[in-house]
Parts: sequence; structure tokens; C-alpha cells
Amino acid sequence: MPVLTYREAVRSALADEMRADENVIFFGEDVAVAGGVFKTTPGLYEEFGAERVLDTPISEEAFIGAALGAAITGLRPVAELMFADFIPVAMDQIVNQIAKYRYMSGGQFIVPLTIRSAQGGGVGFGTQHSQTAENWLLNTPGLKIVLPGTPVDAYGLLRGAIRENNPVIVLEHKGLYNLKGEVPEDTGVLELGKAKVMRQGRHVTVVGVQLMMHRALEAAETLAKEGIEVEVIDLRTLSPLDTSTVLESIRKTGRLVVVEEAPHASSWGGDLVSLAADEGIYYLDAPVKRVNMGRAMFAYSEPLETLAIPSVERITAAIREVAFAQ
Amino acid sequence: MVTINIPTPTVEVKPLDADARMNALRKMLEIRLTEEKLQEMFLANLIRGTTHLCIGQEAVSTGVASALRKGDTVTCTYRGHGHALAMGMTVKAMIAEMMGRASGCCRGKGGSMHMTDASIGLLGANAIVGAQLPIAVGAAMTAKYKKTGAISVTFFGDAATNIGAFHESLNLASVWKLPVIFVCENNRYGEYSPQHWTTPVEDLSVRAVSYNMPGITVDGQDVETVHAEFKAAAERARAGEGPTFLEMKTYRYMGHSRTDTGPYRPAGELDAWKQRDPILLLKTKMIADGQIDEVEFGELRDATERYIAEVVEWAKREPYPTEADLLTDIFYEG
Repeated sequence: MPVLTYREAVRSALADEMRADENVIFFGEDVAVAGGVFKTTPGLYEEFGAERVLDTPISEEAFIGAALGAAITGLRPVAELMFADFIPVAMDQIVNQIAKYRYMSGGQFIVPLTIRSAQGGGVGFGTQHSQTAENWLLNTPGLKIVLPGTPVDAYGLLRGAIRENNPVIVLEHKGLYNLKGEVPEDTGVLELGKAKVMRQGRHVTVVGVQLMMHRALEAAETLAKEGIEVEVIDLRTLSPLDTSTVLESIRKTGRLVVVEEAPHASSWGGDLVSLAADEGIYYLDAPVKRVNMGRAMFAYSEPLETLAIPSVERITAAIREVAFAQ
Repeated sequence: MVTINIPTPTVEVKPLDADARMNALRKMLEIRLTEEKLQEMFLANLIRGTTHLCIGQEAVSTGVASALRKGDTVTCTYRGHGHALAMGMTVKAMIAEMMGRASGCCRGKGGSMHMTDASIGLLGANAIVGAQLPIAVGAAMTAKYKKTGAISVTFFGDAATNIGAFHESLNLASVWKLPVIFVCENNRYGEYSPQHWTTPVEDLSVRAVSYNMPGITVDGQDVETVHAEFKAAAERARAGEGPTFLEMKTYRYMGHSRTDTGPYRPAGELDAWKQRDPILLLKTKMIADGQIDEVEFGELRDATERYIAEVVEWAKREPYPTEADLLTDIFYEG
């Protein structure tokens, strides 16, 4: 079974979709000749040529808007927005245009476009190159939002995103690019909108994505030694949200912890608590706990950044607290 | 005394043939009279929200549309009724949309600022200043990649030339040599502010220089001049020579939106521009060439007015969208 890094999985998915459909074109800043600043796309320019793999000027608003124009006229563009912190630069095109184009035209267009972007902290990039972007986007109907946390998902979900006839934002975690994992030959195209139970357990449900999901798995390993069996769910897609997998799990465990690499306010973690309150309240045996960044920002200095992002220890402590709450 | 400088054409402006002139006259009248009716409907509370009228600017949309081919695409502004009708949207589809009916061009989901008809290449009017320019750049990417020979046109106002999306789009279209025609309708006002308060240059076409593309200032009141200058730009674009920026000098007779009466205009300015009304200019040429007379013009005007009034009565009887439409068209299902 082939083992790929998360980075190689991204590249393979893009290459496979470009081979499968000549309407797929790819562009962004330094993605072609240089192969991307995170080296996610080397060799694509050489394989597919300058007509299909293009370096753009540093003009996020223009090339994200151009992706929309290309999508509604018959192409299937993939645009890379280098750092997710640059998403707000193109926010008008994403929120007012891309998300709404089909709706406000009364369904005259399909909008098959994918925006890839690297997000997340832990690698010392400071406040403007580390943020997670999903919560800025979730408030806008009309976007699908995908956050792969493993190489197999980075591969299959990106292929799924490119096949979608709707706009999809794929947020890759830059701290995971070197992560290795099995990507079976027959992985193919994964369906968006499905969560995955990464570890079975019967005492506490922990929900997270990307780096936080991996830290939750580490916490689960520690707690298993104490006799606490933790179920870890990777949401993988935040829009559409797979609510049934979460509800099914808390029905079993009666306890919920939500872990996010994001500020506390207005986030999908709050939405999950709302889901538990609306549809899962009678399953719950204990208060729900959220572990997140509170009001903290991504600092440059390592000790500060480490404090800001939920650590394995903080996650472990929160799960333990919920596990024993009466 | 307000004087209007008339830009000198950069190409030979030949008279359109008699049929083309008649089509342009009909189209400009249709736009003018539809918008006059829309204003009346607003005052009668038949239409909600707001509207932005292009009365006085009809030669720009009409002259450009008359030089388009099937497959060409357009993005435009919230002052977009003229662009839509000029491209061939029906008065019915527009008025039903304005009245929020399910038979409107966007099934009632768009309204005045979002006139869209993909079947005629109208990729959409836009309510965000400048946002339609990058979208047009993308449509041109498709045309270039698929070698369709189509061109992509985007209309925008003078004030949009101060927004980032304008500069980014001209730059991108130029470095990629894309078949885009940037058509600026310089009606001298950005919302309520005259151009010289907000913009340090008089002829906006100079802004094309830094993007290494032709920038041409055009008499936007003369439909034949608009047609000729646009056609030359379109031919360059179709030949792979890249984008052109056309600045159409024109004038907005009405305020920015329906509540604006335009108190900021200098005395005499509106009257001076009305001497160069686009419908009047074409009609005068056609009378001089024996292609129409005042009586025939009056009949055409009355017939157009009657038709628009009939459309309004029809639209009043059309159904609204229902709850079943609330959550459709957010995503393509399938």
C-alpha cells in the first residue's frame, strides 16, 4: 500500500484530476515554475504546460474572481491562495460573488471551482501567516468547506472537491504537509460531507479536525491507559456538516468535547454545542466542553504560540474533566 | 455656461447602415422608456429596494452590444438595465424580475442590480463596485484556453477605476494577453461625488498606460462612434492582441439611485448634456439621411411605450416565487 506525505497526496490528487479532465486548470502565486511555496505542486507545470498551470501576479482578488469567471464559462479551475490568511484579501469575490453567483442568478450557472489554501499554526509564521480560516467562511451559505487531516483525505477529498459542480474551499494544514500515511491505490474520489470516526470509544466523544484531531488521538492514547475510552471524530468537511455521525457518537458516549485551533467566538465548535443542545440534549450525561484558543492570537515566539494552540495536555485534561463530570 | 469636450475618434466612424441604425434607435428607446417606466413604478411602490438608472448613457451599451458576436460574454454594473436590454434580454424578463416574480430573468432572486441571462452571454450585473472586472478576466481565460474566438466585455463606472479590483484586473488581463474589453462609462459622478473630488486625472483612459494596453477616450453619446471604437478593440482582442481600455464619456441624467435628485450638479450641466442626448443625436442623423421622420419616430416611441405598459400589466399577474424556491439554487444538486 503506497505511503504518501500529505503534501504528496495533494499533488497527486491535482495531477490525477488534471489528467482526467482537460477543463481543470490550476493557478496561483508561484505554483507553476516554482512548484508552490509549500512545494505542493512541483512538476505540474512541466507535465501540463503553461496553458493549464499558471503563475499569477500577487493579486488575490483578481485571480480568485477570474476563477469564478472561468468556472461559469466552462472550465474547472483550481486556484491556490498561498496562505489562508490571504483569504480576506479576496473576501469580496468569495463571499459576495462565488458563494452567491448561482443563487442570485436563479440557478443559471454551475460554479465548479476549488480554492486551495494552507492554514494553521505551530510552525512559527506569526499572526498573519498562521490563522485558520474556516470560521470566516462558514457564515456564508453557498460554499463547501473541506479540511483534510490525513494524506488519504488530502488526496480523496481534493479530488472530490475538483469534481464538485459547486465552489469548494479546501483548507490544508501547513503543519501536516510532512505527515505520512497510507493512501490505498483504490482511494479514488472521496465524497464531501462525511465525518470519519478515527478511534472508537464509549466514554467521551471528541470532535476536531486536522492538527487538533491528531492531538485528540494522542490524548485518547494517554487516557486509554487510565481506562477512559475516547471516541475521536474527524469532521473532514465543515460544510456540509455531517451531524448524524456526531449525534450517533454522543448517543453512545453521552459526553462531548470539541477541540479547535481557532478563537472561541463564532466558530463551528459553538455550532456543534448548539447541535448537541438542540438534537442531542437527552443523550448528554455531562456538560459539554470546548477547548480552543480563547481570545489568544498566533504569536511568533514559540512559548507563546504553544500556549495559544490547544496542546495534547489541555485536551487530555478537558476530556478527563468531562469523563468524570456527574 | 457648461461646455462639453467631444473626444476625437481614433478610428474612422462610418455611418451604420439603415437597418443597424433603426435597430440602435429602437434599442435606445426601449432602454430609455423602460427605465422611465421603472422610475414611475418605484414611485407607485410596485418595485421594492432601489434602482440605478442609465438614462442618458444608452449609446454606450447599445453601441457595444451591436458589435458583439454570439459566444461573447459581458459582466456589468448595478446600473445595468441598459446593458441587459442592449444584449437582448426581453423587457418581460426584466420587468418581471424587478417585480420579484418567478418569471423574472433570475426567478426573482436577483432584482434590479443582478440582471443576468446566461443564454445571451450576460454573465451578470454586479452590486459591488469593480467586482465584475475579475470575473470578466476569468471568462476571457476560458475563451483563450478553449480558443473559442470569443471576447469578454466588462462595463464599469468612472468611480470603479479607483478600486483595487480594477487595477488588478487590467494588470492580469494584460500580462496574460486576454481578450477583454474594459468599457468604462464615465458619467462624471461616483454616486454623489463629481469625478474631480475623487480622481486626480480627467481622462481615465490614461490609467491604461501603466498596464501597457491601449487606453482610448470615446464620445459615449454617439452610438456610431461607440460601435466603431469598440469594434476596433474587439478585433484586436480576437486577433490575440490582448485587452483594451475604452473610456466612454457620457452623462447620467438621473441621480445615483432612486432617492437622489442630484442637487450637486452645477447649473446648466444637465441641459448641456441633453443637447447631446444619444437618442437625439442618432435621430437627427437619420432624419438628415431620410431614414425616419418625426412622425415615424413619434409612432415608434408610442408603440414602445404601449408595449412596456402591457408588459407591466402582464407582470402584475405573474406569480411570485414560493417557499419551495427559498433553498433552491444555493448548491447545484447532482
